[in-house]
Amino acid sequence: MPVTAALREKFPAVTTRASTDHPAVNVPAAAVVAALRYLRDGQGFDFLTDLTAVDWGTDAPVRFTVVWHLFSTTSLGYLRVAADCADNTAPAMPSVVPLWAGAEWHERETYDMFGINFPGHPDLRRILMWDSYPHHPLRKDFPLAGIEGELSDPEVAAETRAKVIAAPMAGGPFVASPGEINLTEAEPRAKDESWSEASEKPE
Amino acid sequence: MPTEYNFPDTAAKNAAGEFETEKMSLSMGPSHPSTHGVLRLQLEIDGELVTKCDPVLGYLHRGDEKIAENMTYNQFVPYTDRLDYLAPLANNVAYAIAVERLAKLEMPPRCQAIRVIVCEMARISAHLLGLGAYGIDVGAWSIFLYTFTEREKLYKLFEELTGARFTTSYTRIGGVARDVPVGWTEKVDAFCDQFLPILDEILSLLTRNKIFMDRTVDVGVISKADAIGYGLTGPNLRGSGVPLDLRKDKPYSGYEQYEFDVPVGATGDCYDRYLVRGEEMKQSVRILKQAIAKFPGGDWYAKDAKKIFAPPKDKVLTSMEELIQNFMLVTEGPQMPPGEVYFEAENPKGALGVFIVSKGGGVPWRMKIRAPSFCNLSILPKVCVGTLVSDVVSILGSLDFVMGEADR
Repeated sequence: MPVTAALREKFPAVTTRASTDHPAVNVPAAAVVAALRYLRDGQGFDFLTDLTAVDWGTDAPVRFTVVWHLFSTTSLGYLRVAADCADNTAPAMPSVVPLWAGAEWHERETYDMFGINFPGHPDLRRILMWDSYPHHPLRKDFPLAGIEGELSDPEVAAETRAKVIAAPMAGGPFVASPGEINLTEAEPRAKDESWSEASEKPE
Repeated sequence: MPTEYNFPDTAAKNAAGEFETEKMSLSMGPSHPSTHGVLRLQLEIDGELVTKCDPVLGYLHRGDEKIAENMTYNQFVPYTDRLDYLAPLANNVAYAIAVERLAKLEMPPRCQAIRVIVCEMARISAHLLGLGAYGIDVGAWSIFLYTFTEREKLYKLFEELTGARFTTSYTRIGGVARDVPVGWTEKVDAFCDQFLPILDEILSLLTRNKIFMDRTVDVGVISKADAIGYGLTGPNLRGSGVPLDLRKDKPYSGYEQYEFDVPVGATGDCYDRYLVRGEEMKQSVRILKQAIAKFPGGDWYAKDAKKIFAPPKDKVLTSMEELIQNFMLVTEGPQMPPGEVYFEAENPKGALGVFIVSKGGGVPWRMKIRAPSFCNLSILPKVCVGTLVSDVVSILGSLDFVMGEADR
């Protein structure tokens, strides 16, 4: 029996997810830990190779989806497991650190970049940005150029009066938006609308 | 007159009458020679014994994934150079294959062979650096000089192929930037022939070296279960005895045609990881020799994928249709169907994974880079506890990580 069918039998709420390559399933957030434990112990998917999230945009009905990529060291196949976060403003997803110790850093990174909370995580701190950083950079409402803010070290900030400034490249890199057919529209231009030619560059 | 030193009465003793030591906090890095980049280890030490280790990452964070969401697929190729900057070619290839999987694009045999050759050369080059730097970490300076001489020869070959020694940006979505120059494969072949005896000489400087063995044997032992649980990949996983190699288990770019062995360690200590890397270089030479011996002719890019790979330059300048094609490709990017794809390649440091969520068009909606160095480092808090401070240096070197990749 293919793994997706076996999983659906055990967890009726599981649905098949559209995928270009590997088998993929959608799992309800409440059943994530149980489903992943079953996949690890019952289906041989013993290797958590990746854990991340996708932000579907500020106006999407479900904004955040957490994605796990499992690998089986016995059947040598991949499986994509995805679960939507119920709450768009305070997204949360049960932690899988009890299943795979390696999930600890992946969940810290996902929390850092998307602000998704992982109840059950032993030590949920930021990992790439500094602890006092106020934003979650991979959210779609965070501008590419960055946001002006305070330095991580208040002493250095007081001494040098330096700040975290938005990227000086002013709106670059230049890109075209997906799906545009009109060539005038598709001309290379700054994706970051706030700093385009129409509005003035900040000092 | 007292004959031995008396501790002052203020020194605290525990119930057993032993002197109590005080734990000390030590910040190792971010710019420490053994952290190979900008990694900081917040250590808590009791004398020489490490009682806690908290790695602090992010000093080299550039936001590559955010940048990828804002540019076309081809524009991101140069950014992949800077992931594992010791093997840019392998990153280029892994990224290109991931995007091609999204478009369900198969490469012609010649393109696949070129990619295998550059990947294996990148592997040798990365392992040579790892080996040289590891030698320095544990006090054997001369290894570095030998390995860098060999690495220089590889850089010459990279330069001849790609135009750059370091930041190669060699692949394009749907092919490579240019075909191999005339006589280049013969030069690679000649490099392989002279490299094997030199590699044996380099390894013989360490393999039975008493000082080296004292510092690596039974140091930083990682069990099989831990290696899998923490998501270790590459030589670090195989050093712990798990025979997992994506080139064998999930062959891509035609790796199934080549004969090679996957070396594994027995105990999972620093010494095993060193041995695995040494043997891997020999296996890479084996693959290189086979790939060059049956180097196929024909196309070196996907000719039919007109909306993905740029037309030849001479056509762009003389023919209207190709000019428009080229213009569309540059402005809108290679046109991809909507979908989700995850591809992992066996890079020198481990499995480099690329997860792409596409809504169609030339720009990815979301791109996640699964960096092997990031996952390999996540075991540090476990493996460093209970070791000596000098062993931490040995463990770091044996994990062979690159912060450009871990921090992205």
